[in-house]
Amino acid sequence: MSATHVQSKGFLRKKTPGDVVFMLVFGLLCVAILFAVVYPVYFVMIASVSNPSLISTGEVWLWPKEVNFFGYQQIFDDDRIWTGYGNTLLYSVVGTALNLVVTLPAAYALSRPEFRPRRVLMLFFVFTLFFNGGLIPTYLLYRDLGLLDNWLVFILPPAVNVYNLIITRAFFEHSLPKELFEAAMIDGVSYLQYFAKVALPLSKAIISVIGLYYLVQHWNDFFTGLVFVRDNSLQPLQIVLRDILLSNQAFAGGAGTGGGSGVGYDQQYADQIKYGVIVVSSLPVLVLYPFLQRYFEKGVLIGSVKG
Amino acid sequence: MTETLVAARKPVAVAQRRSRLGLGRHVSRYWQLWLMVLPAVGFIGLFMYVPMYGIQLAFREFDFTAGLTGGQWAGLKYFQQFFDSPMFWTLLRNTFVISITTLVVGFVAPIVLALMINQIAGGRRKRLMQTATYLPHFISIVVIVGMLQAFLNPSTGLLTQVAAVFGLDGVNLLGDTSAFVPVYVISDVWQHCGWNSIIYLAALSRVDPQLYEAAKVDGANRLQLIRHVDVPSIVPTMVVLLILTMGGVLNTGFEKVWLMQNTLNLPVSEVIATYVYKIGILSTQFSYATAIGLFNTVINFVFLIAANAIARRVSNWSLW
Repeated sequence: MSATHVQSKGFLRKKTPGDVVFMLVFGLLCVAILFAVVYPVYFVMIASVSNPSLISTGEVWLWPKEVNFFGYQQIFDDDRIWTGYGNTLLYSVVGTALNLVVTLPAAYALSRPEFRPRRVLMLFFVFTLFFNGGLIPTYLLYRDLGLLDNWLVFILPPAVNVYNLIITRAFFEHSLPKELFEAAMIDGVSYLQYFAKVALPLSKAIISVIGLYYLVQHWNDFFTGLVFVRDNSLQPLQIVLRDILLSNQAFAGGAGTGGGSGVGYDQQYADQIKYGVIVVSSLPVLVLYPFLQRYFEKGVLIGSVKG
Repeated sequence: MTETLVAARKPVAVAQRRSRLGLGRHVSRYWQLWLMVLPAVGFIGLFMYVPMYGIQLAFREFDFTAGLTGGQWAGLKYFQQFFDSPMFWTLLRNTFVISITTLVVGFVAPIVLALMINQIAGGRRKRLMQTATYLPHFISIVVIVGMLQAFLNPSTGLLTQVAAVFGLDGVNLLGDTSAFVPVYVISDVWQHCGWNSIIYLAALSRVDPQLYEAAKVDGANRLQLIRHVDVPSIVPTMVVLLILTMGGVLNTGFEKVWLMQNTLNLPVSEVIATYVYKIGILSTQFSYATAIGLFNTVINFVFLIAANAIARRVSNWSLW
């Protein structure tokens, strides 16, 4: 990476007019892209604490104006958000734990070249990426298993993600020194012992990467709640968000405290509440993001190693 | 091939294990590896393969008491019903338009972005650009659609205000049949472009600097360097990713389409996946919905095979 970068710098020393035009257009394009990506996110944040009537007239651009936290107050008073948060937290933590317990040993076994069924087993797994039974047979299976309206539906069916399995297998195959395994085998160590005592401690990188992938997958899961769960007390955060953001379901607190102040008042603050809900629900990811992003990147790179 | 290489380097004790064994002896020798892989096999077998077995529901009359595979044979009745239904062509067209546009634009955009980021001199600026562009990937679909609704609101939305600066009236883009696909695709690119570019950046970082040197000696300018050095170096990555996305081409975003749907844009936003959900889950016509879903899956599969064949011919790269 650094090599090409030094390269292009050296190349720039002798600037032709063509290069100058290129740099100019290119620089502007980059700034435009950066702005297009970042500004919407920034706008949501300032809009959530600004006077909503100033937002609707287009006076809030760069800084929040007439800062107030009415929207957040309403959000924090609403039970649904907290139930959703709690449920999502539970599903994410328990779900990710199961994901790792199932994925890591399987990926390890599939990475052993002397384990001959691994080719057939890989086919067995990869096939499901391209072909599946479809929604209705899946729904009926869950019904027969008693998973409908059951919190386990968020945990058990997504126990293995085949992409993550492939990434993990590629890591075990390419990043664990072969000599280590040979030495251990001569010492008479069993596969299970080797996996637990040697392979896992050396694999913190991949464990954190796929752990994060799984965590984000659970955190953002909307489909499961929509299709397989009717019970409101079990619904994850994303379903609660859908109700508030998209279905315009009246905010429990907002309607009550509005009292005599009329419809216009509620309507106005409904938008502010929506911006606030976006912030509140995305905050964990956005705050953790700078710390986590290098892991995500590492994961993609590990996955790109051809297995 | 790699297996023989590995085996050759192995100590005798391990090499002996590779000799031919019957299934029983194999299991008894490698029972620990079997044990490790078994839970994953079990979960995939139960939650992925049992539903595949249940596809036969598409050819049966669903019977509540008989369950997934017990009803009377109905032959191709439900497929016929789907092909004859007035919804058939609408669904097919909408699904194709949304999927293919997303596929093409969503495939090209990360490549362009990666080539751009690769041109940025200065590690810090490069990092900033990368970090910023893949942030939206982690925002949930629900929030993305929530943001779309807020920004595109015809009276108070951000975009409406920008349009007002140029003297344009606010339009309800989310209820406009001609704007649905562009809004869907552009927001999709916004969300995933940066993330999908990472893998191309990795490929670009492995380009041999001598290639640039040689091309420059031959008098190549910057664009020619990109065209003749950068692009060829990421072709294998492009092909693999193309095949993988082709396989899912008709599975495109049930969730996002579903969330963006409203009565105004329904003529262009009803796709096979959303229709299956409505027919199957909401109005419990299980057999009919399974047949429609199977039709979808088969077309997916045809796409995958076609993509693979093209890839093999064009670049010697293929999945199988």
